[in-house]
This record gives sequence, structure tokens and C-alpha cells, in this order.
Amino acid sequence: MDALLLSLLNGLSYSLLLFLLASGLTLIFSLLGVLNFAHGSFYMLGAYVAWQTGQWLGFCGGLLVAPLAVAAVATLFEVGVLRRVRAQGHLPELLATFAFGVVLVEAARLLWGSASVPYGIPPVLQGSLFRLGGLEFAAYRGFVMAVGLAALGAAWLLLWRTRIGLVVQAALTHAPMVSALGHNVPAVQTLVLAAGGALAGLAGAVGGPLLITEPGMAAQMGALLFAVIIIGGLGSLRGALFGALLVGELQTLAVAVNGSLADGLQRLGWSAPAGWPAASGIVPSLLHLDLSRAAPLLPYVLVVAVLAFKPHGLTRALGRDEAL
Amino acid sequence: MTLSRRHLLSLMAGSLAAGALPVRARELPVVKLAFIDPLTGPFAAIGQNQLQSWQFVADRVNRGNTAGVRFEIVPFDNKGAVQDTVNALQAAIDQDIRYVLQGDGSGAALALSKAVSRHNVRHPGKEVVYLNYAAVDPALTGSDCSFWHFALQPSVPMTLQAMTDDIRNRPDIQRVYLIEQDYSFGHQVAKYAREMLARKRPDIQIVGEDFVALGQVKDFSPYIAKVQAAKADCIITANWGPDLTLLIKAAQQGGLKADLYTFYASSLGAPSEIGPHDAGRVKLVYYSEPNLPGTLQSLQKGFRDKYKQDFSVPVTYTGLLLLTAAMTKAHSIDPIKVASAMEGLKFHTFNGEVTMRAADHQLLQPIYVSSWQPVSAANPYNVENTGYTFALDHTDPPAQTTLPAQCTMQRPLTTEIYPVKPPKVRASAVRGGN
Repeated sequence: MDALLLSLLNGLSYSLLLFLLASGLTLIFSLLGVLNFAHGSFYMLGAYVAWQTGQWLGFCGGLLVAPLAVAAVATLFEVGVLRRVRAQGHLPELLATFAFGVVLVEAARLLWGSASVPYGIPPVLQGSLFRLGGLEFAAYRGFVMAVGLAALGAAWLLLWRTRIGLVVQAALTHAPMVSALGHNVPAVQTLVLAAGGALAGLAGAVGGPLLITEPGMAAQMGALLFAVIIIGGLGSLRGALFGALLVGELQTLAVAVNGSLADGLQRLGWSAPAGWPAASGIVPSLLHLDLSRAAPLLPYVLVVAVLAFKPHGLTRALGRDEAL
Repeated sequence: MTLSRRHLLSLMAGSLAAGALPVRARELPVVKLAFIDPLTGPFAAIGQNQLQSWQFVADRVNRGNTAGVRFEIVPFDNKGAVQDTVNALQAAIDQDIRYVLQGDGSGAALALSKAVSRHNVRHPGKEVVYLNYAAVDPALTGSDCSFWHFALQPSVPMTLQAMTDDIRNRPDIQRVYLIEQDYSFGHQVAKYAREMLARKRPDIQIVGEDFVALGQVKDFSPYIAKVQAAKADCIITANWGPDLTLLIKAAQQGGLKADLYTFYASSLGAPSEIGPHDAGRVKLVYYSEPNLPGTLQSLQKGFRDKYKQDFSVPVTYTGLLLLTAAMTKAHSIDPIKVASAMEGLKFHTFNGEVTMRAADHQLLQPIYVSSWQPVSAANPYNVENTGYTFALDHTDPPAQTTLPAQCTMQRPLTTEIYPVKPPKVRASAVRGGN
């Protein structure tokens, strides 16, 4: 039981890290209408910048500088590239973000090498926060959760309790009208891309020590992020949170469970027909596959299922047609 | 055909340039080696390091060798995928490369070994030899063995032989957990670990076994929670690349106290993550240890000076020594003669005298069990500048880890070079065009 609870908590911290990334990605999508393929690279850049500046300014310094630096890069990219190609429609924009992501990864490879860099947990946050039974919950995981929740709170306050948030919300759904009322919609778009970049940078700064800091982290995280926002519903912040929690906990719990689908069915009273081969043939071997082995696959299975049955994602299907 | 003045001039310039080449370079026969391993994707860092290792030892051996040849490494990126590996082999063959180097991933290695054998049957006179420097699935030298495949790293059962011998003498280990990568290699490790432990230490319980998708898992904390819940006091893992670094990181965060017996703790990037917390608990069972005196020290120093990284694949050096020794013995660089000469060859390399066993083409060499310790006067090599090193616990000489060969080798009927067929029209047309 303790092990399950601990796994849930571990999954929660991982989910909140995913949410930091997915929230930016989904906001950018709703406002700019493009999937930002460079988002994984923003995450990677955040980790590298935090590690590099952390050498001079300490861990906290890195944590502050990384979001700002990534936001600056995102701003330059929006103003310098995205605005120019926007006139040609969404496809060139999409390709531009994809190309920019590759450029960032290769630049990191040139600057910092293709091996992982030793971006570690600072001594203050090492050790355990509390113990559950005989198991430790790492202090750093608690810290990641705190950062994730703080970012969630800040995003919520900014979007729902400020005038800027009001304009952003309006621009999400009624951009021409907001523009006609005298607001600078392109500036709002830049702001959202910068904010998304800052969130990704922050995620990189806290995720680097938790996971791994190397150029490959961009591609690894990128694919999972798309799964998260598709499951949650493209363009919805609540959906991003929902999707992140679902994917994070699903992956963690699938590993924590010992046993296969067949074991679960047996517990529910189902028994294999006599004469069924236990481990050969496609259906039996799928049924007898350990769930923990299939864990990395589950988010993508879920994506396919969601696209097939609820093409707009789970949250929209739950009954709100607003973007947020 | 009339020659224009410009044509004539360019011909003259060409011959001048050829004449300006250093005499040595022109005289030494060049042996091209195709390097086929991931240079992009999750395992790119390892692949790049391996490529640099090969290039570095080629430079070393090119300074002078008994065979009087010059090695040139030609990189191909297989992205870690089986299909791309086979495609890369074809690309290499098209460039007339007759020696292939590959190591990462037993799945790719098995496919490559089969593709090489198939090619050699179909194209007598154009044979290709495959030096496998890292894939260790026992099928490669067992059920699927091939005359053209040579394994430079100890196979899974050999490494596990050394590992379980070490565990046998540690009564404090009672509960063992297996975390392996989910492909043929990881499953072989789990299978042999169970078998050998059951034989050598029937009192040991295997309390858990997890297979992780290769390069897919980012958060290893649930696995560590399982290990802790199972109260294991030892983990056996053959993970490599990010799958190992992430596992070590998660173990530290979870405050894991169990010993970690690894195949690849010295591979690139992993030592940087191990840290002081794991001193004495992380074990490396490998064909090398960084404090071996002699040649290895000079190689490690030279490599670090040049690439600012650790020389973590020293078997590359053994590989080129094997080739030069065989070429010297065969008085030829023709793959079919060199392959025959490599069978049963004994030679000296950085870890002492080694033998390429003729029966299954498995290199027999010492295996070292070492553990993560602070750098000291006796063990001075500072691994990845961490202040720590792998300090030797004990050495298993080849005789102790050699297992009976499982291979029924199909040798070519003759090692004489087959009569080369006259070149096809298209090929000669291409050559004439140059």
C-alpha cells in the first residue's frame, strides 16, 4: 500500500513536470494555431542554460535565468521568423518551428557535446522529504511538485485575474474582434510564445537534474508532449493538466503493477479457455505481457483511442466548448 | 576524340596533385572499415564516443604496424534501428568497403551478421568481415554463429559467470532484483543470471524482474520503488546509455541502499551520475578496468587530450590489433584470408594475452570485477573527472569465464580468393566516366 502511494506521488511529480511543458504548448497552439515542434528543444535549452549559469550563479540562479533566456530565444524566434512566415499559412509556420527545434538541438550538441552533462540535484534538496513505510520520497521530487503547482497557480492568476489574461483569453477565440478593439494581437502572440518558452525553460531547469540533460532529451520529451495535449484536448489548459496527470500516473502505475492483463481478467473471474497456448500467438501473448513492459507504450495507445472515440480530446468531451 | 586545351590542362593539374601526395600514404594499402552504429537518437552520445574511439585507435595503429596497412574508419548512422543497419551495410559494400564494425544492440548485430553471411554467399570474391565490438547476445556466437562474425566483447554468459562468481562469495546478498532492457540481450541476461545464481547460490531469491523498453523510459523512480518494496539487496542490470544513467539517478533520489552489479557502469556519461553516495556499491564487470597499467594508460590519456572524454571502449584497440595480426599472418588484406587467419589467433593487447577462439569466433580475455571508489595512489585514474574510479576487486583470467563453444561453424570450402568475375558493363562505364 505504501509502495502504491509512493508511486502515485512519484507519478504526480512527473505529471506536474509534464504539465509545465504541456501548458505552454497548448496555449501556443490555441493562440498561434500551430503546434510548436520546437517545444522539446526549449525544454532542452532550459536545462542546459540552467546548468551552465548554475556553475556561476548557483542552482537558484540557474533556475531564474533559464526561463528568461528561453523566453528571450522564443521571442526572437517569434518576431524574427514566425511573423514573417505567418502570411504563408500554417504549414510554413509548422515547418519553421520544426526546423528551429532541430537547430537548437544541434547547436546544443556543438556547444555542450552529445554526451550528458552532470547537472545534478543541489545538496540542499538531496535526501528524502519523508518516509512512507520503509520507502523514501525524494526531497527534489517534492520541489518539482512545488514548482509545478506554483506555475499552475501563476498561470491561472495571470489568465483569469488580470487584464492581460482577459485580452489573451479573448484573443484565443476572437482574434479579429480583439484586434478591432485596439489591442495588439501580434504582441499578444509574441507574449504567449515567450511565456510558453519560459515555462518550458523552467521545466528544463527543474527536469534536468531529475532526469537527464543531453541533446536527446528534446526528442524524447517532444513526442510524449504531443500525446499529453492530444489526450487532454488541443488548446485547453485544463486538458493539458488532465492529460499530464493521466499520462504521468498511467506510466508510473503501469510499472508499479506486477502482472499482466490476463492476471487482471482472472481476478475478475475470467479464465482462459482450456487448450489455449499460454504464451504463443498474438492475442495470448498480448494478454500475458507484463503491464510494466508496456508502460512506455500506454500513452500512445491512449492517443489512438482518444482520437478514435473523442477526437477533440477528453476535456472538451467532458462538456465545455471554450478553449480554456 | 579531340582533347581540348582545357581538358589537357586539367589532366596535368590532376597528375601534379597526385604526385604531390606524401609517398608513404600512397604506398600503404588502405583498409576501409565501415562503422555502423547510432550517431543520432537517444544513443547518439555513446555512438559518437565509439566512433571517436575507433578513429583514435586507427590513428594509433597507423603510426606503424606489422601488417603495413593504413586503417580508415568510414562512419554510417544506423539510428539504432535494424533496417537502417542492413541498409548501411549495403551502402558500405557499394563503396567497396570489406570490413564492418558494429556493436550497439544485439538485434541490429544479429541482422547484420545474417546480412553479411548472405552477401558473402552470393558474392564470392567480394566477402565482407564483421567485427562486432559490443553486442553480446550469446546467439551471435551460438545458434546463429557465422564464419564472418567475430565477437570482441565477452558474451552475456561469460560476463555473468564472472558476476555470479563474485556474488557467490558475498553471503550478505540474499535478494536479487533484475532490471534489464526489453530486447533479446536483456532477456538473455535475465535468463543466464537466474540459471547461474540458482546453481551457485540456491539460497538467493530473485525477488523481481523488470524489462524496460530500450531508450523509452524517462522516469525510473517507479522501478526503484519496486526494488525497495521487494527489499532487494542487489540489482543486476545490463542497461546501457540513458537507461543506465536514469536508473542510477532514480536510485540516488530514492535513497536506494542495494548494490548495483552492472555490465556498463563505465560507459560514457554513466560515471558522472554515480557520485560519492554509491561508493563501494556500484560494481562493474567488464573486460577492462581504468587503472590497468601499460598501454591502456597511454590510450586513455591520448584520447582524453584529444576528445575531452573518457576512452570507454578500449576493445576497439584490441579489434585493430586483431586485424593487423591476422593480416600479417595471412600476408594479405583480403577478407576471406584475414578471417581464416583470425581463427585461433593469440596476441597481446592492453589487457594481456587474448585468443580468438576458432570454434565460435569469441575473443577470450580476462574479465575484471571492480567497484566505484575514490581515486587513490593505487587507483589513480580519475573517471570522467569525478574524483572517483573503478578500483579492481579481482581479475578472472580467461580460463575461468570460458564456456564451451555452442557453434557449428560453416566454413568456406576454400580460403583461396575466388576468381573474380569480369566487371559488369555498367561498373566499367562508371569507372571510365571518372
